Amino acid sequence: MTCEEAEILLHALIDGELDAGHAREVEAHVASCPRCAAALTAYREMSRAVATADLRYTAPPALRRRIEASLPQTRQPSRRGVLRGFAMGSAVSALAATGLVAIVLRQDDQQRILSEVVSAHLRSLQAGHLTDVLSTDQHTVKPWFNGKLDVAPPVIDLTAQGFTLVGGRLDYVDARAIGAVVYRRRQHVINLFVAQTASPEHRPPRTETMQGFNCRRWSNRGLNFWAVSDLGADELVEFVDKFEAAMQANTEG
Amino acid sequence: MPANASNDDPDRARRFREAALPHLDDVYTLARYLLRDATDAEDAVQECYLRALKHFDGYRGPAMKPWLFAILRNVCHAEYARRATAAVPSVDDLPETAEQTPLWREQQETPETQILRERDAATIQRLVEALVEPFKETFILREINNLSYREIADTVGAPVGTVMSRLARARAMLRSAWMAEEELPK
Repeated sequence: MTCEEAEILLHALIDGELDAGHAREVEAHVASCPRCAAALTAYREMSRAVATADLRYTAPPALRRRIEASLPQTRQPSRRGVLRGFAMGSAVSALAATGLVAIVLRQDDQQRILSEVVSAHLRSLQAGHLTDVLSTDQHTVKPWFNGKLDVAPPVIDLTAQGFTLVGGRLDYVDARAIGAVVYRRRQHVINLFVAQTASPEHRPPRTETMQGFNCRRWSNRGLNFWAVSDLGADELVEFVDKFEAAMQANTEG
Repeated sequence: MPANASNDDPDRARRFREAALPHLDDVYTLARYLLRDATDAEDAVQECYLRALKHFDGYRGPAMKPWLFAILRNVCHAEYARRATAAVPSVDDLPETAEQTPLWREQQETPETQILRERDAATIQRLVEALVEPFKETFILREINNLSYREIADTVGAPVGTVMSRLARARAMLRSAWMAEEELPK
């Protein structure tokens, strides 16, 4: 074997790409040629140094999310993360839960649903039927929803943040059963309606007013949220911010 | 469980996700080295995955990683064309500087292996990034993405023999640069 050949083949030797016969030939040449022997040693050291330096990059989480979002949706990991976080069980693991609120978010539909959400809020105040399950304990309210809805809403105790958890209720919006989590601040009731959506899209919260009630609605983690109350707009914003922050912490934790 | 039986899209997407997403870091790494820009790399990777999904039905193997890499390369070549004014060399051109790079240097004062060992990660990265194409690409596919020669050949669409000579050249260039670094005033 010439040095010229060895110059190429000793790399294949380092990379474990040579069959036994060729490996023996290269080794025989290297044993008799100090120059190629030095090269082999140097290249081995270099490969080791490069491997040790770990020159790989990690894809930014935002890029991963963007690619995830661009794929046709099946089971969204983000939603699964939420569901795990709230121990909602297996009933919700598949998108197959198509009987759920798959709301087409066209403008007129949104207005109609907003109107229904506000009506549901009104009903809850008037009929003495604010809650089906009355408890300030999220660990009581949360399991209560299980089995009653395909996707139980996240129930978060925000008492420490100034919003007392009162209980939960089944309601009907858009001709479908929907979960309502009830909070209170001072004498003001907040109904938080939660429905699953087929769209994983994140929609930032926005406030609308209807019949004198403020409604802040947003979408996140495959869920649509409507927070309705006669609270001032700024306090409703505060409520949603606190809720989202707690959700975020729960998902990551 | 009432599955979406009428539409196999979710299943296809699931298969694609399971096959392609685990390689995201690898694809992103290659994009970073090929484009040398974090934002461009992100865009290229996203485009790569979109194209891969589009052509996923035609994918028959053998390995997912070289297939994704080959798509990424095409995306990057489009980006090179866009940057044409910046005179980024095509990977298939042999730059003169590469030809002039000596394959062999005379004995150094400091034992070479010691120098090789003492390089820190940042220096190594800079030296690797300074390699010219197509040698850099071959080197990265081998040393950083851990592809076999066969897989590299599949990725770049060249014979294995070409891969071998490019890799030998890449390592020789890196070794020279590595040793030259030592001679620079500190």
